[in-house]
Amino acid sequence: MLKVDDIHVYYGQIHAIKGVSFEVHEGEIVALIGANGAGKSTILKTVSGLLRPKSGSISFLGENIHHTEAYKLVNRGLAHVPEGRRIFLQMTVRENLDMGAFTRKDDSEKDIDDVFRRFPRLKEREKQIAGTLSGGEQQMLAMGRAMMSKPKLLMLDEPSMGLAPILVEQIFDIVREFHAMGTTILLVEQNAGKALAVADRAYVLEQGRITLSGTGEELASSDAVKKAYLGG
Amino acid sequence: MMDFLSTLISGLSLGSIYALIALGYTMVYGIAKMLNFAHGDVIMVGAFAVITSVSMLGLSPVLSILISIVCCVVLGVSIERIAYKPLRKSPPLAVLITAIGVSYFLQSLALLIFGSTQHSFPKIINMPAIELGELTIRGNMLITLVITTAIMAGMSIFINKSKTGKAMRAVSEDRDAAELMGISVNRTITITFAIGSALAAVAGLFYGTTYGFIGPYTGSMPGIKAFVAAVFGGIGSMPGAMLGGILLGVIENLSKRYISTELSDAIVFAVLIIVLMVKPTGLLGKKINEKV
Ligand SMILES: Nc1ncnc2c1ncn2[C@@H]1O[C@H](COP(=O)(O)OP(=O)(O)O)[C@@H](O)[C@H]1O
Ligand SMILES: [Mg+2]
Repeated sequence: MLKVDDIHVYYGQIHAIKGVSFEVHEGEIVALIGANGAGKSTILKTVSGLLRPKSGSISFLGENIHHTEAYKLVNRGLAHVPEGRRIFLQMTVRENLDMGAFTRKDDSEKDIDDVFRRFPRLKEREKQIAGTLSGGEQQMLAMGRAMMSKPKLLMLDEPSMGLAPILVEQIFDIVREFHAMGTTILLVEQNAGKALAVADRAYVLEQGRITLSGTGEELASSDAVKKAYLGG
Repeated sequence: MMDFLSTLISGLSLGSIYALIALGYTMVYGIAKMLNFAHGDVIMVGAFAVITSVSMLGLSPVLSILISIVCCVVLGVSIERIAYKPLRKSPPLAVLITAIGVSYFLQSLALLIFGSTQHSFPKIINMPAIELGELTIRGNMLITLVITTAIMAGMSIFINKSKTGKAMRAVSEDRDAAELMGISVNRTITITFAIGSALAAVAGLFYGTTYGFIGPYTGSMPGIKAFVAAVFGGIGSMPGAMLGGILLGVIENLSKRYISTELSDAIVFAVLIIVLMVKPTGLLGKKINEKV
Protein backbone atom coordinates (compact mmCIF):
# COMPACT_ATOMS: atom_id res chain seq x y z
CA MET A 1 0.00 0.00 0.00
CA LEU A 2 2.78 2.42 1.02
CA LYS A 3 6.33 1.91 -0.16
CA VAL A 4 9.06 4.30 0.92
CA ASP A 5 12.31 3.69 -0.92
CA ASP A 6 15.65 5.16 0.16
CA ILE A 7 14.45 8.67 0.94
CA HIS A 8 16.77 11.45 2.06
CA VAL A 9 15.20 14.51 3.67
CA TYR A 10 16.94 17.75 4.59
CA TYR A 11 16.06 20.83 6.60
CA GLY A 12 18.38 23.28 4.89
CA GLN A 13 21.80 21.84 5.66
CA ILE A 14 20.54 19.39 8.26
CA HIS A 15 20.38 15.87 6.87
CA ALA A 16 17.44 14.55 8.92
CA ILE A 17 16.54 11.32 7.07
CA LYS A 18 19.44 9.35 5.65
CA GLY A 19 18.19 6.71 3.28
CA VAL A 20 15.07 5.26 4.88
CA SER A 21 13.06 2.46 3.25
CA PHE A 22 10.00 0.70 4.60
CA GLU A 23 6.65 -0.66 3.56
CA VAL A 24 3.13 -0.75 4.92
CA HIS A 25 0.84 -3.45 3.54
CA GLU A 26 -2.90 -3.18 3.38
CA GLY A 27 -4.57 -4.19 6.63
CA GLU A 28 -1.48 -3.84 8.80
CA ILE A 29 -0.65 -1.76 11.82
CA VAL A 30 2.97 -0.73 11.38
CA ALA A 31 4.83 1.09 14.13
CA LEU A 32 7.78 3.40 13.74
CA ILE A 33 9.57 3.82 17.04
CA GLY A 34 12.60 5.83 18.01
CA ALA A 35 13.91 8.42 20.44
CA ASN A 36 13.09 12.09 20.31
CA GLY A 37 14.77 13.66 17.27
CA ALA A 38 15.25 10.36 15.42
CA GLY A 39 13.26 11.62 12.46
CA LYS A 40 9.86 9.97 12.92
CA SER A 41 7.78 13.09 12.35
CA THR A 42 9.94 14.08 9.41
CA ILE A 43 9.16 10.76 7.73
CA LEU A 44 5.41 11.18 8.20
CA LYS A 45 5.52 14.77 6.91
CA THR A 46 7.44 13.60 3.87
CA VAL A 47 4.94 10.85 3.14
CA SER A 48 1.98 13.23 3.46
CA GLY A 49 3.64 15.78 1.17
CA LEU A 50 4.38 18.57 3.66
CA LEU A 51 8.09 17.99 3.04
CA ARG A 52 9.87 16.83 -0.12
CA PRO A 53 12.57 14.15 -0.16
CA LYS A 54 15.80 15.25 -1.84
CA SER A 55 16.10 11.79 -3.32
CA GLY A 56 14.33 8.45 -3.15
CA SER A 57 10.74 7.61 -3.92
CA ILE A 58 7.44 7.13 -2.16
CA SER A 59 4.56 5.24 -3.69
CA PHE A 60 1.05 4.98 -2.33
CA LEU A 61 -1.49 2.55 -3.81
CA GLY A 62 0.88 1.97 -6.71
CA GLU A 63 1.42 5.61 -7.66
CA ASN A 64 4.46 7.77 -7.03
CA ILE A 65 3.49 10.55 -4.63
CA HIS A 66 6.76 12.23 -3.70
CA HIS A 67 6.01 15.15 -6.03
CA THR A 68 2.31 15.35 -5.15
CA GLU A 69 1.06 18.30 -3.13
CA ALA A 70 -0.16 17.38 0.34
CA TYR A 71 -3.76 18.46 -0.17
CA LYS A 72 -4.19 16.17 -3.16
CA LEU A 73 -3.32 13.06 -1.17
CA VAL A 74 -6.31 13.33 1.16
CA ASN A 75 -8.66 12.44 -1.68
CA ARG A 76 -6.54 9.44 -2.51
CA GLY A 77 -7.02 7.95 0.94
CA LEU A 78 -4.13 9.24 3.03
CA ALA A 79 -4.76 10.87 6.40
CA HIS A 80 -2.12 12.26 8.75
CA VAL A 81 -2.74 13.22 12.37
CA PRO A 82 0.30 15.38 13.04
CA GLU A 83 2.33 15.58 16.22
CA GLY A 84 0.68 17.87 18.74
CA ARG A 85 -2.79 17.21 17.23
CA ARG A 86 -2.96 20.50 15.36
CA ILE A 87 -6.70 20.81 15.61
CA PHE A 88 -8.11 24.24 14.72
CA LEU A 89 -8.26 25.74 18.20
CA GLN A 90 -10.38 28.74 17.22
CA MET A 91 -12.97 26.70 15.38
CA THR A 92 -15.73 24.68 16.99
CA VAL A 93 -15.57 20.92 17.47
CA ARG A 94 -18.15 20.50 14.75
CA GLU A 95 -16.27 22.78 12.34
CA ASN A 96 -13.10 20.78 12.91
CA LEU A 97 -14.95 17.65 11.84
CA ASP A 98 -16.36 19.49 8.83
CA MET A 99 -12.80 20.37 7.83
CA GLY A 100 -11.92 16.69 8.08
CA ALA A 101 -14.63 16.04 5.50
CA PHE A 102 -13.48 18.95 3.31
CA THR A 103 -12.66 16.87 0.22
CA ARG A 104 -15.81 14.78 0.34
CA LYS A 105 -18.54 15.35 -2.18
CA ASP A 106 -21.06 13.03 -0.50
CA ASP A 107 -22.99 13.69 2.69
CA SER A 108 -20.77 13.37 5.76
CA GLU A 109 -23.54 13.75 8.35
CA LYS A 110 -23.66 10.03 9.12
CA ASP A 111 -19.91 9.88 9.72
CA ILE A 112 -20.07 12.89 12.01
CA ASP A 113 -22.72 11.03 13.99
CA ASP A 114 -20.38 8.02 14.08
CA VAL A 115 -17.56 10.13 15.50
CA PHE A 116 -19.94 11.56 18.10
CA ARG A 117 -21.14 8.07 19.02
CA ARG A 118 -17.56 6.94 19.50
CA PHE A 119 -16.60 10.08 21.40
CA PRO A 120 -19.65 11.23 23.38
CA ARG A 121 -17.53 13.91 25.07
CA LEU A 122 -17.12 15.58 21.69
CA LYS A 123 -20.86 15.50 21.07
CA GLU A 124 -21.42 17.37 24.33
CA ARG A 125 -18.93 19.98 23.16
CA GLU A 126 -20.04 20.13 19.53
CA LYS A 127 -20.48 23.91 19.45
CA GLN A 128 -17.59 24.69 21.76
CA ILE A 129 -14.34 26.22 20.51
CA ALA A 130 -11.82 23.38 20.22
CA GLY A 131 -9.23 25.38 22.18
CA THR A 132 -11.32 24.81 25.31
CA LEU A 133 -11.02 21.00 25.11
CA SER A 134 -8.69 19.02 27.35
CA GLY A 135 -5.60 17.35 25.86
CA GLY A 136 -7.27 13.96 25.63
CA GLU A 137 -10.39 15.42 24.02
CA GLN A 138 -8.23 17.28 21.53
CA GLN A 139 -6.46 14.07 20.55
CA MET A 140 -9.81 12.35 20.07
CA LEU A 141 -11.01 15.25 17.95
CA ALA A 142 -7.83 15.07 15.86
CA MET A 143 -8.35 11.35 15.27
CA GLY A 144 -12.06 11.72 14.60
CA ARG A 145 -11.33 14.56 12.21
CA ALA A 146 -8.82 12.44 10.28
CA MET A 147 -11.35 9.62 9.99
CA MET A 148 -13.87 11.98 8.37
CA SER A 149 -12.00 11.68 5.07
CA LYS A 150 -12.47 7.87 5.20
CA PRO A 151 -8.75 7.19 4.79
CA LYS A 152 -7.30 3.94 3.57
CA LEU A 153 -4.05 4.69 5.38
CA LEU A 154 -4.10 6.60 8.67
CA MET A 155 -0.78 7.95 9.95
CA LEU A 156 -0.68 8.87 13.62
CA ASP A 157 2.20 10.88 15.06
CA GLU A 158 2.59 10.24 18.80
CA PRO A 159 -1.11 10.13 19.61
CA SER A 160 -0.40 9.30 23.26
CA MET A 161 2.00 12.17 23.84
CA GLY A 162 1.40 14.08 27.05
CA LEU A 163 -1.69 12.11 28.06
CA ALA A 164 -2.49 10.46 31.41
CA PRO A 165 -2.07 6.64 31.44
CA ILE A 166 -5.80 5.95 31.36
CA LEU A 167 -6.17 8.13 28.27
CA VAL A 168 -3.18 6.43 26.64
CA GLU A 169 -5.06 3.13 27.02
CA GLN A 170 -8.11 4.70 25.39
CA ILE A 171 -6.09 6.05 22.49
CA PHE A 172 -4.62 2.62 21.76
CA ASP A 173 -8.10 1.08 21.98
CA ILE A 174 -9.25 3.57 19.36
CA VAL A 175 -6.30 2.67 17.14
CA ARG A 176 -7.39 -0.99 17.34
CA GLU A 177 -10.98 -0.02 16.58
CA PHE A 178 -10.03 2.02 13.51
CA HIS A 179 -7.93 -0.92 12.38
CA ALA A 180 -10.83 -3.33 12.90
CA MET A 181 -12.92 -1.06 10.64
CA GLY A 182 -10.48 -1.80 7.84
CA THR A 183 -8.11 1.15 8.11
CA THR A 184 -4.42 0.47 7.60
CA ILE A 185 -2.34 2.26 10.22
CA LEU A 186 1.16 3.71 10.39
CA LEU A 187 1.82 4.58 14.01
CA VAL A 188 4.70 6.72 15.24
CA GLU A 189 5.39 6.44 18.95
CA GLN A 190 7.94 7.09 21.64
CA ASN A 191 5.87 4.82 23.86
CA ALA A 192 7.54 1.75 22.37
CA GLY A 193 5.98 -0.84 24.67
CA LYS A 194 2.42 0.10 23.78
CA ALA A 195 3.20 0.58 20.12
CA LEU A 196 4.92 -2.80 19.73
CA ALA A 197 2.02 -4.50 21.50
CA VAL A 198 -0.50 -3.25 18.97
CA ALA A 199 1.69 -3.40 15.83
CA ASP A 200 1.90 -6.25 13.33
CA ARG A 201 5.32 -5.05 12.28
CA ALA A 202 7.63 -2.32 13.43
CA TYR A 203 10.74 -0.38 12.50
CA VAL A 204 13.25 1.21 14.82
CA LEU A 205 14.59 4.56 13.73
CA GLU A 206 17.84 6.01 15.03
CA GLN A 207 19.31 9.31 13.87
CA GLY A 208 17.57 9.23 10.52
CA ARG A 209 18.25 5.56 9.74
CA ILE A 210 16.28 2.39 10.25
CA THR A 211 18.37 0.12 12.44
CA LEU A 212 15.97 -2.73 13.20
CA SER A 213 12.76 -4.17 11.86
CA GLY A 214 10.55 -7.17 12.54
CA THR A 215 7.20 -8.16 13.93
CA GLY A 216 5.97 -6.33 17.00
CA GLU A 217 6.70 -9.37 19.18
CA GLU A 218 10.18 -9.88 17.80
CA LEU A 219 11.17 -6.33 18.50
CA ALA A 220 9.51 -6.28 21.90
CA SER A 221 11.67 -9.24 22.93
CA SER A 222 14.88 -8.05 21.27
CA ASP A 223 17.60 -7.12 23.73
CA ALA A 224 18.60 -4.00 21.83
CA VAL A 225 15.05 -2.65 21.87
CA LYS A 226 14.50 -3.62 25.49
CA LYS A 227 17.62 -1.79 26.51
CA ALA A 228 17.06 1.35 24.50
CA TYR A 229 13.29 1.82 24.55
CA LEU A 230 11.63 -0.42 27.09
CA GLY A 231 13.70 0.58 30.11
CA GLY A 232 15.82 -2.57 30.41
CA MET B 1 -27.39 68.52 17.91
CA MET B 2 -28.32 68.24 14.23
CA ASP B 3 -24.82 69.28 13.39
CA PHE B 4 -23.43 66.54 15.60
CA LEU B 5 -25.76 63.95 14.05
CA SER B 6 -24.86 64.85 10.52
CA THR B 7 -21.13 64.81 11.36
CA LEU B 8 -21.67 61.40 12.93
CA ILE B 9 -23.47 60.09 9.85
CA SER B 10 -20.83 61.29 7.43
CA GLY B 11 -18.24 59.77 9.80
CA LEU B 12 -20.08 56.47 9.68
CA SER B 13 -20.17 56.63 5.91
CA LEU B 14 -16.45 57.40 5.65
CA GLY B 15 -15.73 54.78 8.29
CA SER B 16 -17.62 52.13 6.40
CA ILE B 17 -15.37 52.79 3.40
CA TYR B 18 -12.32 52.37 5.64
CA ALA B 19 -13.92 49.20 6.97
CA LEU B 20 -14.20 47.70 3.48
CA ILE B 21 -10.55 48.40 2.81
CA ALA B 22 -9.53 47.21 6.27
CA LEU B 23 -11.39 43.94 5.67
CA GLY B 24 -9.15 43.25 2.69
CA TYR B 25 -6.06 44.10 4.71
CA THR B 26 -7.00 41.95 7.63
CA MET B 27 -8.10 38.94 5.54
CA VAL B 28 -4.86 38.93 3.59
CA TYR B 29 -2.92 39.34 6.82
CA GLY B 30 -4.81 36.54 8.54
CA ILE B 31 -4.59 34.06 5.68
CA ALA B 32 -1.47 34.91 3.68
CA LYS B 33 0.36 36.22 6.79
CA MET B 34 1.55 39.37 5.08
CA LEU B 35 0.88 43.10 5.09
CA ASN B 36 -0.18 43.95 1.58
CA PHE B 37 0.83 47.60 1.44
CA ALA B 38 -0.23 47.74 -2.21
CA HIS B 39 -3.83 47.22 -1.12
CA GLY B 40 -4.58 50.96 -1.02
CA ASP B 41 -3.37 51.39 -4.58
CA VAL B 42 -5.80 48.74 -5.79
CA ILE B 43 -8.51 51.19 -4.68
CA MET B 44 -6.97 53.87 -6.90
CA VAL B 45 -6.86 51.45 -9.84
CA GLY B 46 -10.52 50.57 -9.25
CA ALA B 47 -11.48 54.22 -9.19
CA PHE B 48 -9.56 54.89 -12.41
CA ALA B 49 -11.31 51.92 -14.00
CA VAL B 50 -14.64 53.60 -13.25
CA ILE B 51 -13.40 56.96 -14.58
CA THR B 52 -12.13 55.33 -17.77
CA SER B 53 -15.29 53.30 -18.34
CA VAL B 54 -17.76 56.09 -17.63
CA SER B 55 -15.99 59.30 -18.69
CA MET B 56 -13.82 58.03 -21.53
CA LEU B 57 -15.70 55.03 -22.92
CA GLY B 58 -19.17 56.23 -22.04
CA LEU B 59 -20.29 52.95 -20.55
CA SER B 60 -23.21 52.62 -18.18
CA PRO B 61 -22.55 52.99 -14.43
CA VAL B 62 -23.47 49.38 -13.63
CA LEU B 63 -21.21 48.01 -16.34
CA SER B 64 -18.43 50.33 -15.24
CA ILE B 65 -18.67 49.17 -11.65
CA LEU B 66 -18.50 45.55 -12.81
CA ILE B 67 -15.48 46.31 -14.98
CA SER B 68 -13.81 48.02 -12.04
CA ILE B 69 -14.40 44.99 -9.81
CA VAL B 70 -13.08 42.60 -12.45
CA CYS B 71 -9.99 44.80 -13.01
CA CYS B 72 -9.22 44.88 -9.30
CA VAL B 73 -9.73 41.14 -8.84
CA VAL B 74 -7.45 40.33 -11.78
CA LEU B 75 -4.92 42.86 -10.51
CA GLY B 76 -5.00 41.57 -6.92
CA VAL B 77 -4.68 37.93 -7.94
CA SER B 78 -1.87 38.77 -10.39
CA ILE B 79 0.04 40.73 -7.77
CA GLU B 80 -0.16 37.73 -5.47
CA ARG B 81 0.92 35.27 -8.16
CA ILE B 82 3.75 37.32 -9.57
CA ALA B 83 5.11 39.22 -6.60
CA TYR B 84 4.16 37.43 -3.38
CA LYS B 85 3.79 33.73 -4.16
CA PRO B 86 7.47 33.21 -5.04
CA LEU B 87 8.26 34.65 -1.59
CA ARG B 88 5.95 32.31 0.32
CA LYS B 89 8.86 30.90 2.32
CA SER B 90 10.94 34.10 2.52
CA PRO B 91 11.43 36.26 5.62
CA PRO B 92 8.52 38.67 6.31
CA LEU B 93 10.75 41.68 5.69
CA ALA B 94 11.39 40.60 2.07
CA VAL B 95 7.64 40.30 1.51
CA LEU B 96 6.99 43.68 3.13
CA ILE B 97 9.55 45.41 0.93
CA THR B 98 8.09 43.71 -2.12
CA ALA B 99 4.63 44.96 -1.18
CA ILE B 100 5.92 48.52 -0.88
CA GLY B 101 7.58 48.04 -4.28
CA VAL B 102 4.30 46.87 -5.81
CA SER B 103 2.61 49.94 -4.33
CA TYR B 104 5.13 52.31 -5.97
CA PHE B 105 4.85 50.35 -9.20
CA LEU B 106 1.07 50.82 -9.34
CA GLN B 107 1.37 54.53 -8.52
CA SER B 108 3.99 55.05 -11.21
CA LEU B 109 1.94 53.13 -13.73
CA ALA B 110 -1.08 55.31 -13.00
CA LEU B 111 1.12 58.40 -13.24
CA LEU B 112 2.31 57.25 -16.66
CA ILE B 113 -1.17 56.52 -17.97
CA PHE B 114 -3.27 59.24 -16.35
CA GLY B 115 -0.70 61.93 -15.56
CA SER B 116 -0.28 63.72 -12.25
CA THR B 117 -3.48 65.79 -12.45
CA GLN B 118 -6.53 64.91 -10.42
CA HIS B 119 -9.34 63.42 -12.49
CA SER B 120 -12.88 64.17 -11.52
CA PHE B 121 -14.87 61.15 -10.53
CA PRO B 122 -18.15 60.72 -12.46
CA LYS B 123 -21.35 61.20 -10.49
CA ILE B 124 -22.75 57.74 -10.96
CA ILE B 125 -24.56 57.46 -7.66
CA ASN B 126 -27.59 59.67 -8.10
CA MET B 127 -29.69 59.53 -5.04
CA PRO B 128 -31.51 62.55 -3.65
CA ALA B 129 -30.75 63.68 -0.14
CA ILE B 130 -33.11 62.52 2.55
CA GLU B 131 -34.66 65.00 4.96
CA LEU B 132 -35.49 63.81 8.43
CA GLY B 133 -36.89 66.91 10.09
CA GLU B 134 -33.92 69.26 10.27
CA LEU B 135 -31.44 66.52 9.47
CA THR B 136 -30.32 66.13 5.87
CA ILE B 137 -28.56 62.94 4.86
CA ARG B 138 -26.76 63.07 1.54
CA GLY B 139 -27.86 60.37 -0.88
CA ASN B 140 -24.41 58.98 -1.63
CA MET B 141 -23.71 58.62 2.09
CA LEU B 142 -26.89 56.65 2.57
CA ILE B 143 -26.06 54.37 -0.35
CA THR B 144 -22.50 53.92 0.94
CA LEU B 145 -23.79 53.00 4.38
CA VAL B 146 -26.45 50.60 3.14
CA ILE B 147 -24.24 48.79 0.66
CA THR B 148 -21.19 48.52 2.88
CA THR B 149 -23.35 47.25 5.74
CA ALA B 150 -24.84 44.63 3.44
CA ILE B 151 -21.38 43.62 2.20
CA MET B 152 -20.04 43.33 5.73
CA ALA B 153 -23.01 41.21 6.80
CA GLY B 154 -22.54 39.04 3.73
CA MET B 155 -18.84 38.64 4.46
CA SER B 156 -19.55 37.59 8.05
CA ILE B 157 -21.97 34.93 6.89
CA PHE B 158 -19.57 33.79 4.19
CA ILE B 159 -16.60 33.42 6.52
CA ASN B 160 -18.57 31.74 9.29
CA LYS B 161 -20.90 29.47 7.37
CA SER B 162 -19.62 28.67 3.90
CA LYS B 163 -17.25 25.81 3.19
CA THR B 164 -14.74 28.18 1.56
CA GLY B 165 -15.04 30.61 4.47
CA LYS B 166 -14.30 27.86 6.97
CA ALA B 167 -11.35 26.72 4.88
CA MET B 168 -10.05 30.29 4.99
CA ARG B 169 -10.24 30.28 8.76
CA ALA B 170 -8.52 26.90 8.87
CA VAL B 171 -5.66 28.13 6.66
CA SER B 172 -5.38 31.28 8.73
CA GLU B 173 -4.99 29.26 11.90
CA ASP B 174 -2.71 26.42 10.75
CA ARG B 175 -1.53 26.15 7.17
CA ASP B 176 -0.07 22.65 7.36
CA ALA B 177 -3.05 21.24 9.23
CA ALA B 178 -5.37 22.78 6.63
CA GLU B 179 -3.34 21.22 3.84
CA LEU B 180 -3.68 17.85 5.62
CA MET B 181 -7.47 18.29 5.46
CA GLY B 182 -7.23 18.45 1.68
CA ILE B 183 -7.49 22.25 1.53
CA SER B 184 -5.27 23.86 -1.10
CA VAL B 185 -3.49 26.68 0.71
CA ASN B 186 -2.48 28.31 -2.58
CA ARG B 187 -6.03 28.31 -3.87
CA THR B 188 -7.32 29.70 -0.57
CA ILE B 189 -4.81 32.54 -0.69
CA THR B 190 -5.84 33.32 -4.27
CA ILE B 191 -9.49 33.48 -3.22
CA THR B 192 -8.56 35.78 -0.35
CA PHE B 193 -6.78 38.22 -2.65
CA ALA B 194 -9.70 38.09 -5.08
CA ILE B 195 -12.22 38.95 -2.36
CA GLY B 196 -10.01 41.62 -0.80
CA SER B 197 -9.52 43.27 -4.20
CA ALA B 198 -13.22 43.17 -5.03
CA LEU B 199 -13.89 44.94 -1.73
CA ALA B 200 -11.19 47.46 -2.63
CA ALA B 201 -12.96 48.15 -5.95
CA VAL B 202 -16.21 48.89 -4.13
CA ALA B 203 -14.32 51.05 -1.65
CA GLY B 204 -12.73 52.90 -4.59
CA LEU B 205 -16.15 53.62 -6.00
CA PHE B 206 -17.44 55.09 -2.75
CA TYR B 207 -14.20 56.91 -2.04
CA GLY B 208 -14.30 58.52 -5.49
CA THR B 209 -17.94 59.45 -4.99
CA THR B 210 -17.23 60.96 -1.57
CA TYR B 211 -14.19 63.05 -2.57
CA GLY B 212 -14.94 63.64 -6.23
CA PHE B 213 -11.33 63.50 -7.44
CA ILE B 214 -8.83 60.70 -8.08
CA GLY B 215 -5.09 60.88 -8.73
CA PRO B 216 -2.25 58.34 -8.84
CA TYR B 217 -1.56 58.74 -5.10
CA THR B 218 -5.20 58.74 -4.00
CA GLY B 219 -5.00 55.20 -2.70
CA SER B 220 -2.19 55.65 -0.25
CA MET B 221 -3.95 57.68 2.46
CA PRO B 222 -7.12 55.53 2.72
CA GLY B 223 -4.77 52.53 2.48
CA ILE B 224 -2.78 53.67 5.49
CA LYS B 225 -5.92 54.62 7.41
CA ALA B 226 -7.47 51.24 6.68
CA PHE B 227 -4.30 49.56 7.86
CA VAL B 228 -4.52 51.60 11.05
CA ALA B 229 -8.19 50.60 11.34
CA ALA B 230 -7.28 46.93 10.97
CA VAL B 231 -4.62 47.19 13.68
CA PHE B 232 -7.00 49.26 15.82
CA GLY B 233 -9.66 46.53 15.64
CA GLY B 234 -7.13 43.70 16.00
CA ILE B 235 -5.29 42.67 12.87
CA GLY B 236 -6.50 39.34 11.52
CA SER B 237 -9.96 39.81 13.03
CA MET B 238 -12.73 40.55 10.55
CA PRO B 239 -15.21 42.03 13.04
CA GLY B 240 -12.24 44.01 14.35
CA ALA B 241 -11.55 45.47 10.92
CA MET B 242 -15.18 46.52 10.52
CA LEU B 243 -15.34 48.09 13.97
CA GLY B 244 -11.91 49.68 13.61
CA GLY B 245 -12.79 51.19 10.22
CA ILE B 246 -16.07 52.64 11.38
CA LEU B 247 -14.61 54.07 14.60
CA LEU B 248 -11.75 55.58 12.65
CA GLY B 249 -14.11 57.33 10.24
CA VAL B 250 -16.25 58.66 13.08
CA ILE B 251 -13.27 59.87 15.14
CA GLU B 252 -11.74 61.49 12.08
CA ASN B 253 -14.92 63.36 11.17
CA LEU B 254 -15.72 64.43 14.71
CA SER B 255 -12.23 65.76 15.27
CA LYS B 256 -12.30 67.55 11.91
CA ARG B 257 -15.55 69.20 12.82
CA TYR B 258 -15.00 70.02 16.48
CA ILE B 259 -11.26 70.14 17.05
CA SER B 260 -9.16 70.87 14.00
CA THR B 261 -9.08 69.84 10.37
CA GLU B 262 -5.29 69.90 10.34
CA LEU B 263 -4.96 67.83 13.47
CA SER B 264 -7.61 65.22 12.65
CA ASP B 265 -5.15 62.65 11.30
CA ALA B 266 -2.84 63.19 14.26
CA ILE B 267 -5.79 62.64 16.60
CA VAL B 268 -6.72 59.43 14.80
CA PHE B 269 -3.20 58.09 15.23
CA ALA B 270 -3.06 59.23 18.85
CA VAL B 271 -6.23 57.26 19.58
CA LEU B 272 -4.67 54.22 17.93
CA ILE B 273 -1.55 54.50 20.05
CA ILE B 274 -3.59 54.81 23.25
CA VAL B 275 -5.72 51.78 22.34
CA LEU B 276 -2.65 49.71 21.54
CA MET B 277 -1.01 50.70 24.82
CA VAL B 278 -4.03 49.50 26.74
CA LYS B 279 -4.74 46.48 24.55
CA PRO B 280 -1.79 45.53 22.35
CA THR B 281 -3.84 43.05 20.29
CA GLY B 282 -6.32 45.76 19.24
CA LEU B 283 -9.97 46.08 20.23
CA LEU B 284 -11.14 42.64 19.12
CA GLY B 285 -7.75 41.00 18.62
CA LYS B 286 -7.66 37.45 19.85
CA LYS B 287 -5.42 36.28 22.59
CA ILE B 288 -3.97 33.00 21.43
CA ASN B 289 -5.43 30.44 23.80
CA GLU B 290 -3.26 27.44 23.28
CA LYS B 291 -3.73 24.43 25.42
CA VAL B 292 -1.31 21.56 25.47
N1 LIG C 1 11.73 22.52 11.08
C1 LIG C 1 12.95 21.98 11.32
N2 LIG C 1 14.07 22.68 11.00
C2 LIG C 1 15.28 22.15 11.22
N3 LIG C 1 15.51 20.95 11.76
C3 LIG C 1 14.44 20.21 12.10
C4 LIG C 1 13.11 20.69 11.90
N4 LIG C 1 12.24 19.75 12.33
C5 LIG C 1 13.00 18.73 12.76
N5 LIG C 1 14.32 19.00 12.64
C6 LIG C 1 15.44 18.11 12.99
O1 LIG C 1 15.29 16.89 12.30
C7 LIG C 1 15.56 15.80 13.14
C8 LIG C 1 14.36 14.87 13.18
O2 LIG C 1 13.28 15.53 13.82
P1 LIG C 1 11.84 14.87 13.98
O3 LIG C 1 11.45 14.28 12.69
O4 LIG C 1 10.93 15.90 14.54
O5 LIG C 1 12.12 13.74 15.05
P2 LIG C 1 11.10 12.88 15.91
O6 LIG C 1 9.74 13.08 15.38
O7 LIG C 1 11.58 11.48 15.77
O8 LIG C 1 11.25 13.37 17.33
C9 LIG C 1 15.94 16.37 14.50
O9 LIG C 1 17.34 16.40 14.58
C10 LIG C 1 15.37 17.75 14.47
O10 LIG C 1 16.15 18.61 15.24
MG1 LIG D 1 8.15 13.83 16.34
